Amino acid sequence: MSVFAALNGRAKLLLTLFVLGLAAAPLAADRYLVSVLILIFYFAYLGQAWNIMMGFAGQLSLGHSLYVGLGAYIAAALWTKFGIGPWAGMFAGMAIAMAFGAAIGWLGFRFGIAGVYFALLTIAFAEFTRIAFDHMDWTGRAGGLFLPVRAEQAGQWWNLRGGPLLFYYLALALMLGALWLCAALRASRLGHYWLAVREDEAAARALGIDAFAVKMQAVLISSAMAAIGGTFYAFYYNNLFPAQIFDMSRSIEMILAPIVGGLGTLFGPILGAFILTPLGEGLIAATEEAGLSAPGTKAVFYGLALMAIVWVAPSGVWPWLRRKLGLETP
Amino acid sequence: MPFDFYVTVAVQGVLTGLVYGLMALGLSVIFGVVRVVNFAHGEFAVVAMYLAFLGFAMFGLDPILAMLPIGLGFFGLGYLLQRHLINPFVGRPEHEQFILLVGLAIVLVNGLLMLFGPDTRHANLPYGFDSYEVANVLIDKVRVYAAAAALVVAALLFAFFRWSRTGMAIRACADNLLGAAIVGLDVKHLYALTFGLGMACVGAAGALMVVLADATPMLAPAFTLLAFTIVIVGGMGSMAGALVGGILIGVSEAFASFLVAPSAKSMFSFAILIAILALRPQGLLGRKQ
Amino acid sequence: MPLKTSVSRRAVLAGAAAGSAALAAPSIVSAQAGTLRIGVLLPRSGLLAQAGQSCHRGALAAPRVLAELGYRVELVHVDTESNADIARTQAERLINDGAHVLTGAFDSGHTLAIAQVCEQRQVPFVVNIAAAPPITEQGLKFLVRNFQTGPQLVTNGLRLINNLITATKIAPKRAVFLHANDTFGQAQRNAMDAIFPRTNMPFELVESIAYDPRAQDLSVEVTRLRSLRPDLVLVVTRASDAIKLVRDMVRQRFEPMGIVSPGSPGMYDEEFYQALGPLADFHVSNLPWVNPKSAMTQALERSFAATNPGNRFAADGFNAGFTFEALLIAADAFKRAGTTSGVPLMEAIRATNLAEHVMIGGPIRFDEKGQNPNIGSACVQNRGRTPVVVLPEDNATMAPVLPMPGWQGRT
Repeated sequence: MSVFAALNGRAKLLLTLFVLGLAAAPLAADRYLVSVLILIFYFAYLGQAWNIMMGFAGQLSLGHSLYVGLGAYIAAALWTKFGIGPWAGMFAGMAIAMAFGAAIGWLGFRFGIAGVYFALLTIAFAEFTRIAFDHMDWTGRAGGLFLPVRAEQAGQWWNLRGGPLLFYYLALALMLGALWLCAALRASRLGHYWLAVREDEAAARALGIDAFAVKMQAVLISSAMAAIGGTFYAFYYNNLFPAQIFDMSRSIEMILAPIVGGLGTLFGPILGAFILTPLGEGLIAATEEAGLSAPGTKAVFYGLALMAIVWVAPSGVWPWLRRKLGLETP
Repeated sequence: MPFDFYVTVAVQGVLTGLVYGLMALGLSVIFGVVRVVNFAHGEFAVVAMYLAFLGFAMFGLDPILAMLPIGLGFFGLGYLLQRHLINPFVGRPEHEQFILLVGLAIVLVNGLLMLFGPDTRHANLPYGFDSYEVANVLIDKVRVYAAAAALVVAALLFAFFRWSRTGMAIRACADNLLGAAIVGLDVKHLYALTFGLGMACVGAAGALMVVLADATPMLAPAFTLLAFTIVIVGGMGSMAGALVGGILIGVSEAFASFLVAPSAKSMFSFAILIAILALRPQGLLGRKQ
Repeated sequence: MPLKTSVSRRAVLAGAAAGSAALAAPSIVSAQAGTLRIGVLLPRSGLLAQAGQSCHRGALAAPRVLAELGYRVELVHVDTESNADIARTQAERLINDGAHVLTGAFDSGHTLAIAQVCEQRQVPFVVNIAAAPPITEQGLKFLVRNFQTGPQLVTNGLRLINNLITATKIAPKRAVFLHANDTFGQAQRNAMDAIFPRTNMPFELVESIAYDPRAQDLSVEVTRLRSLRPDLVLVVTRASDAIKLVRDMVRQRFEPMGIVSPGSPGMYDEEFYQALGPLADFHVSNLPWVNPKSAMTQALERSFAATNPGNRFAADGFNAGFTFEALLIAADAFKRAGTTSGVPLMEAIRATNLAEHVMIGGPIRFDEKGQNPNIGSACVQNRGRTPVVVLPEDNATMAPVLPMPGWQGRT
């Protein structure tokens, strides 16, 4: 808890209220709100995972749907084919996602591929894997993988079979767990190495930091976390399609929140998800109310909002909000 | 399998690849000079497709001719975009440019959906179904015309950068920004010109694309990804590289479809991309940085 | 169309933006007495927009016909944006806002996402279109499907190919099956692999080819097809792919006896006729279709013309017909149940027995899994740029023509 202790008094109070508020929210919130909050937590969690790679270690990945998809497909296939529960399946998914992450990291960092080039490398791997899954008999090819939903398993929360409350608290735990992990990592020696590599790799090397190793650690941690998110997604939705879960649009969706919230900050991915998901849902209601029923209207406003946000607050909303709330550590 | 099938497939791959190459050329020019990664590239190509469609539907204008006004219009649009929207983001981190342009891409795709609806739109050219027959090899007329037009546009652009004073000034900016500013070049203006030129390429390529494919808003993300793949394979910032990359991707996809499995053809493009990044990250014709 | 809103939606904005969950009281807006409120979830933007908007036109035409039949319904239209996350949250919102029944969702993945919500909240869900077999294999109690599963589509499609061969006296020897490698195409492929060997068709299936649904053009695929010299080309396409396919066949002067879809979109969509003109004619789709001889179909067609003046009912018949029937099923059950409460309403839906409806086939009924087993299929041939029922004879308005005339001389 040393991470928590480092916060100033007001930050401690606000964080405690935030956590307690979310923990108590299902008592008062309706089902729609709960389903939106689940999505917010999910994107906040994935944003944290991505933020480790980009925000901390400075490696731009545009292919994180690869790890999410692997975590989802492997856990789901083990459950569907062999009855292996999601907790075990999750580790299998993490292991394979980490193997892919290691391959991408090795290729990228060994050959000095950076920036947009590295981003394209991650996209290429994700797209390659999407098409491979489109042709893989074991997981139903492009036709999709359907997790059986059986009435007799309804209450088996340990197998992630349950109602919205189960997934609400699971997603909340994932988000808060990731926050804690990221805070601990940031404060650790590794976290400082990451920042050093991000700011100036040559200088970091001169100080004796093994840049390759610390970047590899970032990829491994990030891909494992994304895979856990995938397992959650698979059991929440109970059906998977390569064209959806591995799609590039999913990779883009999951990096919007951390960038809008504040890249490299701890609370940025959470704030970003709390801005963007409600923005989307709110725009659906708002365009409907205004009688703008032409399909696409909502998305046009959403796109304009993204441009406006990055125009006004290019380094994210959280650094600004943190100042306003007086949470800067003295 | 008769030999002429192989020839047909190879020719189809080369011709399609040239048009893709022209589209990628725009991306390459912009990145090579302005160092902004245009994530809304495919979206602009689709806007151009719709303009070419409108030109044909309303005035009977052949898209291959419509390429000229659309290219000019896109040049102006690109100039203004760079000056007023994108310039503040030049030199800023890539992820900030990314959000700006992804936002723009979302607006463009859905704006097109609102205006034109989701159904595909077509320019039904009088020669749209014709083909040339040379020694048992059948080649579509439209593909030949589009590829030839793409080559002409690329050659003009190449000549501009090689021999015109402005072109040389832009190359100076790309090579040494500080030096260019010191000798008194108006970098902002040159950047905007470059963005305009890149956009003109996209506009022209989009207009040509209408004769090969049907316009629908949902095409855009695939075009963006395709353009990036080609540019990296050919060499970011290399003009000839974009065309070579286009041809390589076009031919490899054609043969993958013909000999292996059509459904897995883009796997081969991505495999080539990964191999290039690992073995020759500057691209086939790119210069080492 | 009146679109009602409630407290909860605004609460999401206010509450969530404040950084914590707002205290939004569950707000159930009761519809005016005696009216059934139906939430219609369709992918009207995003990848599936073409089909979603085609279905939507059927939903727009429905209220007038239902009113003429003495049913009272109020529709709330929601766009799922071809995104399962949105399909799910919007299903929750619709139920919060007082929807008594949901219908949709065209895509199998979205359908299952909505089905989970409906199951938990005990709100009936009437599926308009979605072919994946698992939808009715999971024991869902609050879901019925008035649409054929993939295997049913293929079984009926192949049977009708046999009838077509008999009726037109053609003698094809070789066929190639070409399908999009997406969710629906793969489901059709699975069904084809399982069913074709058992059907004893009079021709050989030389090869099955999957193509990339994101491909920009299909010229090489057609070259490959041509090299296999099939008499019949069996296709499972998506709407816009069928255009590319036929266009490249014409350019490469490849003329099979016929192009037949054993159950897929593509060759009856308006964009197909617009793009290909006379070259769009004589292609055949074997699939469920609106019964041109039913009085209710004719009423729907009239209402469609009034509510969608820019579109032809003929080209939207499949999507609009099934979307209308889903609403009809809900409205009819409401009339019999006399209540909007989920459990009795669902019982009434399960007990549906509608002899008069718009699609070809027997009365609408549901088996214990919630599947309607009585949906018929028809052979629909493009004639004069309009899809026309040519088989079975009971429903046909024209006789089938095969082999199709050559490409040359059509324009």
